[in-house]
Amino acid sequence: MSAASALSKSASKTVPAPSTPDAGSSVLPTGQHGIKEHSDGRFGYVPVQTRSDRFKSVNVVDFEAVTGREAVWKHSPVAKFTDLTAGDLDGSRYDVESTEVAGISVNWVPRSDARIGTAGLPEERAAANAWGAFDEALAITVSGEEAKEITVTRSTLGNSARAAHTIIEAKPFSQATVILHNTGDARLSENVEIILGESANLTVVTLQEWNDSAVHLANHFASVGRDARLKHVVVSLGGSIVRVNPSVRLAGPGSDTLLLGLYFADAGQHLEQQVYVFHDAPKSRSRVNYKGALQGKDAHTVWIGDVLIGSNGAGTDSYEQNRNLVLSEGTRADSIPNLEIETGDIVGAGHASATGRFDDEQLFYLQARGITEEEARRLVVRGFLTEVVQQIGSPELEARLQLAIEAELIGTDDK
Amino acid sequence: MSVLEIVDLHVSVETDQGTKQILRGVNLTINEGEIHAIMGPNGSGKSTLAYTIAGHPKYHVESGSILIDGADVLAMTVDARARAGLFLAMQYPVEIPGVTVTNFLRTAKTAIEGEAPPIRTWIKDVRQAMTNLRMDKTFAERNVNEGFSGGEKKRNEILQLELLKPKFAVLDETDSGLDVDALKIVAEGVNRAKANTGLGLLLITHYTRILRYIHPDFVHVFVNGRIAEQGGPELADRLEDEGYDRFLVPSNVG
Repeated sequence: MSAASALSKSASKTVPAPSTPDAGSSVLPTGQHGIKEHSDGRFGYVPVQTRSDRFKSVNVVDFEAVTGREAVWKHSPVAKFTDLTAGDLDGSRYDVESTEVAGISVNWVPRSDARIGTAGLPEERAAANAWGAFDEALAITVSGEEAKEITVTRSTLGNSARAAHTIIEAKPFSQATVILHNTGDARLSENVEIILGESANLTVVTLQEWNDSAVHLANHFASVGRDARLKHVVVSLGGSIVRVNPSVRLAGPGSDTLLLGLYFADAGQHLEQQVYVFHDAPKSRSRVNYKGALQGKDAHTVWIGDVLIGSNGAGTDSYEQNRNLVLSEGTRADSIPNLEIETGDIVGAGHASATGRFDDEQLFYLQARGITEEEARRLVVRGFLTEVVQQIGSPELEARLQLAIEAELIGTDDK
Repeated sequence: MSVLEIVDLHVSVETDQGTKQILRGVNLTINEGEIHAIMGPNGSGKSTLAYTIAGHPKYHVESGSILIDGADVLAMTVDARARAGLFLAMQYPVEIPGVTVTNFLRTAKTAIEGEAPPIRTWIKDVRQAMTNLRMDKTFAERNVNEGFSGGEKKRNEILQLELLKPKFAVLDETDSGLDVDALKIVAEGVNRAKANTGLGLLLITHYTRILRYIHPDFVHVFVNGRIAEQGGPELADRLEDEGYDRFLVPSNVG
């Protein structure tokens, strides 16, 4: 693809963000003085300068074949899921189990549903591939002001490459906790759209307890309306490759989001999350806190946290952090926080990242107080991850996760 | 009557320059209720003795034995030694991320006693011990040693000493880095623990000032990996006046 066609395509397909009003008319990304296309034969590559300017398309052929060198893919083992980025995906209905809850409907809706595409659009090839392939979307619609909780479980997706599309809509002033529980086998690329109306209060938990061989690539797109509050929780424990990338646009004034993540990678596991918060309205607030533990050879985790405070984001308050706890040799934790600020009038913006090792001296200290090695590890990991578990706000799920974390520790001891 | 015996102990450590002999035949017997001070210049092997008793994997016992009431300490894992009644108050206590002081103390107490302490009396005991050591209530919810000042870390060590009630405690330079007020608080804690449980103490120190607040029954001067001289409290006074110079004449290990 030539440089010119790549750029003109980007210009025509990009959904311009309000913060870059001339993105549609200009061929080049704006905002930085002197940026222009290089004539040095770099295949027309111009680095994306602002997070909201990333190329978006629902059409898979608009994305070039994935090489693993792209910013969004460079930390992922892309050769292990070419079926999801380049192959044909089965987009048919699948079995869903869910409890009956008053005020929450779960049903399949056609591609023509007006909500589809309103929360966000794919920014990479696997997401676009899924977008083009799904036959119907699973719609979870929340109404009613009283608090309620639903669990929607997928356990029989099987081993063939699949696409899925989910809409979670919280009507204005509604309140609910929606738990997406994933178990069994899967080779899945999916998009999840989360739409919060004015003053809605929604918690979405996506819990990955897949079988060991599962591959799961998910993009969550959320749009948070005026004074609405979204708590979004990614819990990744099981699966071979699990990549859950939540993008949240704080679209209405006073909107608020808390993005939590909890992951435990054991030998050979790849757990990734690329988190993006776009403050696109004044007085919006965000908190991001992802915590992960790694244990076993070639356990690999990736956290990329992008926060963009757009020119509309006056008076916003944001903070993101990632903490990793390394429990053994041979693991790798990538942690990359990014912060972009386009307005000077903000209450706060900060980020932090730390990756620490549970080392022999800590073990010695605990053992010198009578605590066995096994108990010492459990104590440290439980203590480390509990901070996130406790913020989920669903006592039953919290208790279950504590047990699941214990099981992870024991399970990885055998490897 | 419990007894801790150290018999002809030889210990080495691996360094970049090869194996280095540190302890060269240490003999020491501590009875329950006794306070032994081990004093000596830097590099004489005092801390090595402390960590060898606790079982730090860095130190290799070449020969000799350590016995607690006749049981072979060297055959025990680190945690088994603690459960057998040994305690090491560390010179540089380690930070434990993610584990609160409360959680840590309860887990350690449960491990040592073999069962969880009765919750009501335990909480009361912890509060009382913290108050005695002038530790603010907020300590309980902080992660172990994380962000603690030097004095806070040492008080946290003594808090554990008071609550875990070992038979024998080794205090490795607990006085170092403490101002006089903190030193008094820590010394009071140690004396209280001894009065309450009658434990035996091995007090390792470079300076004599802690001995003004914790009165030793025996003083041992440690030079070049073994005990060069021993005596009663008067030996400490003499060291206060003369320093270690007279012990360092032919073989200063630096």
